[in-house]
Amino acid sequence: MIQLDNLSITKNGADILRDVSLKFGQGGITALIGPNGAGKSTLLNAIAGLITPSQGSVTVEGCDMIRARPPERASHVALLAQNEQVTARLTVRDLVSFGRWTHHKGRPKDEDHRKIEESIEAFDLVTLADRRLDELSGGQRQRAFVAMAWAQETPWLLLDEPLSALDPRHVRDIMDRLHALTRPGENQRSVVIVLHDLSVTAHYADRIVALKNGQLVTTGPRVLAMTGPMLSDLFGTGLAIERFGGRDVVVPC
Amino acid sequence: MKLWLYATLTLALLVGASCLIGVADLFGSDLDGQMVMVVSRLPRTFAALLAGAGLALAGVVVQMSVQNRLVEPSLVGTPESAMLGLLVVTLIAPGAALMVKMSVAAGAALVGTLVFLWLARHVPRRDPVLLPLVGLIYGGIIGAAVLWLAWTTDLVQYIGVWQSGEFSGVLQGRYELLWIVAVVAALVWLAADRITMLGLGEDAARSLGLDYRQTLLAGLILVSIIVAVVVVSVGSIPFVGLVVPNIVSRWRGDNLRRNLPLVAWLGGTMVLACDIIGRIIRFPYEIPAGTVFAVLGAAVFLWLLHAAPRRSHG
Repeated sequence: MIQLDNLSITKNGADILRDVSLKFGQGGITALIGPNGAGKSTLLNAIAGLITPSQGSVTVEGCDMIRARPPERASHVALLAQNEQVTARLTVRDLVSFGRWTHHKGRPKDEDHRKIEESIEAFDLVTLADRRLDELSGGQRQRAFVAMAWAQETPWLLLDEPLSALDPRHVRDIMDRLHALTRPGENQRSVVIVLHDLSVTAHYADRIVALKNGQLVTTGPRVLAMTGPMLSDLFGTGLAIERFGGRDVVVPC
Repeated sequence: MKLWLYATLTLALLVGASCLIGVADLFGSDLDGQMVMVVSRLPRTFAALLAGAGLALAGVVVQMSVQNRLVEPSLVGTPESAMLGLLVVTLIAPGAALMVKMSVAAGAALVGTLVFLWLARHVPRRDPVLLPLVGLIYGGIIGAAVLWLAWTTDLVQYIGVWQSGEFSGVLQGRYELLWIVAVVAALVWLAADRITMLGLGEDAARSLGLDYRQTLLAGLILVSIIVAVVVVSVGSIPFVGLVVPNIVSRWRGDNLRRNLPLVAWLGGTMVLACDIIGRIIRFPYEIPAGTVFAVLGAAVFLWLLHAAPRRSHG
């Protein structure tokens, strides 16, 4: 369970998040939506324990993320931040293997190697595994980073706009994979994801968290909380949810 | 494995050449060849290898720490800070042991590098060339302070020695401090994965479970020790930390666990080769290895600048 209590974050004198309280249990895909500058990335970073809030607390599975040591944090939550700048010219396989670092600390065992290959396969990277990151396209690189975060095998996976550079096929691939991963069963995991494509959100999200100007607008199961009027209000432009070909799509109106 | 065969062969060849080339004739009658070898030629060879390997490794660590491929210790103010420390300790306690002076220099180098890191946070990341330029100016300012201080205290001749990396003065009993580099190199290798993770960026490294600040600090302490030791014993050699890691990175990528030995090897052999070239060019006089490397290094640096846009991330 992730629990945020009265979380406020100030950066350079400006309030990025104001008094956000949230609580949600394991399983499913939780989509963070909201206009640019709403504080979505900051919220994600705060859940991962990478930002010290000016007020409030963050707890993941009972672990106080603000005070926890890095290895403990990394055993609860894997975060894929936006716009990874990579100085290290690593192969995809090397990068993914760093996802296992908290498990092996530089001495990978058989199990680590197995998980690394699984992850490479899961994100359609087999043919790219020995290529270097700087030889890949933006979308391919992004998939490599998702694979790295996945290999970390944490109960919670936090993804900040992982779809931004992906083509429709890989958007679908990744979302289908995340969907399958978060269904009840053995090894069920939970995903919190920042999404900009509202139709993708409408189709895949189990739960939404809507933010605007650093404040929580609404949260709840997607089917109840995500409505045309709510979206119109949130983004300040007319939006409606239509049923098309058996799935919900969000269109301007 | 073939690679290491070639690497060993090259090293052996250069060491052989370094031991044979010099003004004194090893096989002449009026000099004890064995003595020349033990007192001068071997120490000189080891010194070049150690300084080169150390500076190359320091370069990798700095590059990963600030996430920029175009910097190295002498482009972030590390050697200048070390010199400032040395100068101050020479003024306050002229008779202090070499080890004490070296430690003060390392401490000053660390402080100087940390200040640069703080500066670097305010430099826009878009253009990778900007950071080394800022570093150049920063190093220049500290360098000017060093020069001014030396000028007013009549210690200018020291600075000349610290600034131009040069091995002709290396003798048995006067270079052994450099073996500290070997110890530090081993530590850098032990931390190879962590240093690679620094290169993934702060967010990624932290979410992978790395204690980012602690690792950064540890890495920079190692860099400071290497630079201080080199400055104290043979003088600073610019560009080694820039050129060598970039060549290895382009050639073999950046899995440091695999590549650090290669970086150390290339750094050592290149500096040794430059020292040998410096001995030959205007025999029987010598050109400092640092000067030879600077000429070589400037050429490679220009090539890297030219090729830099290809490496930017879209």
